[in-house]
Amino acid sequence: MADEKTPIVQVKHLKQYFNIGKPNEVKAVDDVTFDIYPGETFGLVGESGSGKSTTGRSIIRLYNPTSGQILFKGQDISKLKNRSPKMKQFRRDMQMIFQDPYASLNPRMKVKDIIAEGLDIHGLVKNDDEREKRIKELLGMVHLNPEHMTRYPYEFSGGQRQRIGIARALAVDPQFIIADEPISALDVSIQAQVVNLLQDIQKQQGLTYMFIAHDLSMVKYISDRIAVMYHGKIVELADADEIYSHPLHAYTQSLLSAIPVPDPEVEKTRKRIDFDHSKHFTDNQTLQEVLPGHFLYCDDATAAKFKN
Amino acid sequence: MEQTPQIPKEKFKMIHEDDNQEQEKIGTPSLTYLQDVRRRLLSNKVATVCMVLLSIIVLISVFAPIVAPHNPNEQKVEYANLPPKIGEANIPGFNGMQKRGGKVVNAYKEVGAPKGTTYLLGTDYLGRDLLSRIIYGTRLSLIVAILATLVDLIIGLPYGIISGWKGGRTDIVLQRIIEIISSIPNLIVVILMMIILKPGLASIVIAIALTDWVTMARLIRAQTFQLKEQEYILAARTLGESSTKIATKHLIPNLSSTIIIQTMFTIPNAIFFEAFLSFIGIGIPAPNASLGTLLSDGQKAFRFLPYQMWAPAIVLSIIMIATNLLGDGLRDAFDPQSSD
Ligand SMILES: Nc1ncnc2c1ncn2[C@@H]1O[C@H](COP(=O)(O)OP(=O)(O)O)[C@@H](O)[C@H]1O
Ligand SMILES: [Mg+2]
Repeated sequence: MADEKTPIVQVKHLKQYFNIGKPNEVKAVDDVTFDIYPGETFGLVGESGSGKSTTGRSIIRLYNPTSGQILFKGQDISKLKNRSPKMKQFRRDMQMIFQDPYASLNPRMKVKDIIAEGLDIHGLVKNDDEREKRIKELLGMVHLNPEHMTRYPYEFSGGQRQRIGIARALAVDPQFIIADEPISALDVSIQAQVVNLLQDIQKQQGLTYMFIAHDLSMVKYISDRIAVMYHGKIVELADADEIYSHPLHAYTQSLLSAIPVPDPEVEKTRKRIDFDHSKHFTDNQTLQEVLPGHFLYCDDATAAKFKN
Repeated sequence: MEQTPQIPKEKFKMIHEDDNQEQEKIGTPSLTYLQDVRRRLLSNKVATVCMVLLSIIVLISVFAPIVAPHNPNEQKVEYANLPPKIGEANIPGFNGMQKRGGKVVNAYKEVGAPKGTTYLLGTDYLGRDLLSRIIYGTRLSLIVAILATLVDLIIGLPYGIISGWKGGRTDIVLQRIIEIISSIPNLIVVILMMIILKPGLASIVIAIALTDWVTMARLIRAQTFQLKEQEYILAARTLGESSTKIATKHLIPNLSSTIIIQTMFTIPNAIFFEAFLSFIGIGIPAPNASLGTLLSDGQKAFRFLPYQMWAPAIVLSIIMIATNLLGDGLRDAFDPQSSD
């Protein structure tokens, strides 16, 4: 989709290593390249430990990337200094929603102060009345009772806490939100609620999302495009439908085979496709566009086969 | 989805929106976090009593020159070892009666004290008023305790937070310094101090200041390491919160139980450290009193004149118990989840 649009986020050869030069060096993100277009939901899927959170955290500059570029609205933000005015603006434009609703809210702050944190930092409200009004507005946006703003996080359920986290992110009027497995810690019955809320807000505010998940079951419905990540690398990237109907990489096929189907007949015969790491990874592979808009991590020979 | 079981219509009940609103309106009064802390603390009876008790002890110590009935260092050898006496009242244990030479006699008459002479808690072996000595001794012990706490909070706390927050090389350097400091025993520091300074409050306080914050710094560092990976801290960073603000808004409130518990150890440790030094004779020099010297003196005569040790021991125990209970109360008060 949207090839003619300019991307809002461009990640170019991003590498994020930890403990560099030590025996426990981790190549959490290893040469990753992708674009995200305005208004879309970009799904990032992969098993636990594949480097999804690290990718998100590097993009939002919680980490200083080891190498590579991250362009946000055309501007390289990978080397912005922490207190520069550009960084300050960037901190408003890009926000994050976290995975663990129990760890993402300071237990010793009231809900109103949690939500207003961004307002206070960026001086977005002039006085207490305005602050209160804005907090109520934000609580309304995430369908929480504004009366609850004087309470502490422990008084809320997981789903409610997640919505408080969403309100906190929305307070600074971001354009791009990274949602790092925002529903994986929630009850299945609540997951849809939170996802619907995120989608409604996206429509209202014209937001762009990067939605991280560890399986394809929910992401395939809400994403426009999906990148599949494995061992710090993107192994396949295509439109959501394309990934779903024509998965090319063995790992993607394995992920798809793991989605349960709400049909007992199919479920009885569903086979998990196992994925054998050593069989599918060799040295000379790169991410290549093998079909229009469909990228695959493979060697040149394989790429040529698809192109013909 | 398609196979939703059919539930007859009459089994559903209409919920009125107001019901829900009513239920959700358990709004707590609009206070700030710190006001909440105070409210929770005051609603804890034990903690409040301890706070009042400690305040009284602190006030008495502060105003020791006004409150103390006698000069604590004034010796009247002829009045040595007088038992407690409260006015002319005949309260057992406080009536000036004492066993002397197998007979219970009025000790005050025996030494020829003029009528009206009373020592509420008796006198020591040099005839000094025990109550006044306890008041001054408490004052000294409290000074030591408060200074030790301040050092913990002013050096140990920021040191630990910086070490844990910065991590990496800063942390390695700061931890090496701590290891060096903690490898030198306190006692040696005091003895070295005494070479430069005279024995007394100053050398004790400096010894404590040099070494005492290390434990606090270590505990805070370990906790900061854990806290800084918490998602609410990451959220604050993505919002552009400065490190200083993160420390005061997020770290310290969540470190508060560690801080309080460690302080609860620091206070008795400091008091006992001083008492120990005085006990072995390199602490507060005579004739000044501290709770340590009083206990040490009282212990020598405990078999015959038990009151000389009971009184300072009780004061010390009250301070210890009250600080501990107050500490517990404070810890709970800082935790919103401890329901009140
Ligand atoms: N701060 C860090 N220091 C060292 N290793 C890390 C750090 N953060 C993540 N890692 C490692 O990087 C890899 C990717 O982690 P992560 O991005 O959290 O994966 P995911 O979110 O896909 O589950 C893991 O092996 C993890 O142990
Ligand atoms: Mg993760």
